[in-house]
Amino acid sequence: MVKDLLIILISSSLVSNVVLSQFLGLCPFLGVSKKTSTAAGMGTAVIFVITLASAVAGAIYKYILYPFDLTYLQTIVFILVIAALVQFVEMFLKKFVKSLYQALGVYLPLITTNCAVLGVALTNVQKNYGILTGIVNGFATAAGFTIAIVILAGIREKMEYNDIPESFKGMPIVLVTAGLMAIAFCGFSGLL
Amino acid sequence: MKQNSISERLINGLIRENPTFVLMLGMCPTLAVTTSAVNGLGMGLTTMVVLALSNMFISLLRKVIPDKVRIPAFIVIIASFVTVVELLLKAFIPFLYDALGLYIPLIVVNCIILGRAEAYASKNGVALSLFDGVGMGLGFTVALTIIGAVREILGAGEVFGLAVMPESYVPCSIFVMAPGAFFVLAVLTAIQNKVKIAGEKKGKDMSKVQSGCGFDCMNCGEAGCSSRREEQKQTAKEPDLEVIEITDDEDEPINGKAMPEAKAAPEEGPKAMSETMQKEKEEESNG
Repeated sequence: MVKDLLIILISSSLVSNVVLSQFLGLCPFLGVSKKTSTAAGMGTAVIFVITLASAVAGAIYKYILYPFDLTYLQTIVFILVIAALVQFVEMFLKKFVKSLYQALGVYLPLITTNCAVLGVALTNVQKNYGILTGIVNGFATAAGFTIAIVILAGIREKMEYNDIPESFKGMPIVLVTAGLMAIAFCGFSGLL
Repeated sequence: MKQNSISERLINGLIRENPTFVLMLGMCPTLAVTTSAVNGLGMGLTTMVVLALSNMFISLLRKVIPDKVRIPAFIVIIASFVTVVELLLKAFIPFLYDALGLYIPLIVVNCIILGRAEAYASKNGVALSLFDGVGMGLGFTVALTIIGAVREILGAGEVFGLAVMPESYVPCSIFVMAPGAFFVLAVLTAIQNKVKIAGEKKGKDMSKVQSGCGFDCMNCGEAGCSSRREEQKQTAKEPDLEVIEITDDEDEPINGKAMPEAKAAPEEGPKAMSETMQKEKEEESNG
């Protein structure tokens, strides 16, 4: 059991990295990666939301959708649950956990429509993960996202001072960087 | 051509506001499924069907849906159509269903669909919205097929499974793998930048061509970039200024109190603008 969880942890965070090999959550990855500090904040918020969302979505699937034979509604239910959950978490933190809200608050609304969150919830169902396995998978996926975005932000900070051809300034050079990172992450595929 | 006619909508989606090449929307599926031309075509057509149907339906209901809950309502409508299309694909075109896999349900969070719903379908008539969806969908399909074909030619030496490259060509398989997607898109955005720079030198209005908004999926709800820009043009005097502002804006946390460009900009216009934008975004996240 523990061994299975460890394998999921490594494969979801490194081997099949959510951004670099599955292209989920690409938009915050490219959009919020100018500074390492913002990138880390975004990463933490994503870990928080995805872990929570995979727990809730897993529970809803197991105890409501599956017993009542409503599994075909999963897409609709998951997206609404995730949107509501993010709103709820934001309100809860604002009211009760001020310090955490100050750290994560600004990033939370950005995550609502992040495809990675829905992607993880659906993957958990597709691969028949139980709730606990689903939570571990969610956490690992989000950790992979954080690793990738922090590395990219670090590279982008260094790149500020480089001489880049005019038409490659901005997004194109970031995409080239992401591509090179994806090649590097391909190296992990021998890990398992 | 007449503004807002059916044919104008089709051309608009295909060329002038092509969602991939001009607006740079919906990049996640664009990168993920374009490993071959067939997959690109399949994903494009699937998205087109969802886009056209949801646009039509949202346009039909636009007077019934209260403004405050419109985003959740749109999402439910879109998600329903995605589920319908997913079940149909599973039943009738299983090989495509297997190839696209997870990315079919993820059409729900594709910025293009919610963007068009918000920017066009919620304000225009049924027939026009339907054809706006078809036009946008066709533009997306063409773009995905082209990107898929390029990757397939470079990575496997084939298009639609037919060998096109000479025997001596050694396929560069990295192009059908994940890194290749990033490189193809990088070249694409570089070409777009080049066109934009050249156009600006000639003094053309290139405000529609952009890569800022598109990488901002997290604001999918307001990804109706074109409509937002039109509103901004009315409020501010120098439309060119905002384009730059929005691209610079992408790294700023939305509700962040520091809005450096608002401080830096001397005019009243852009300041008010960024405030309204902030309000809009807050509304969005509350919705």
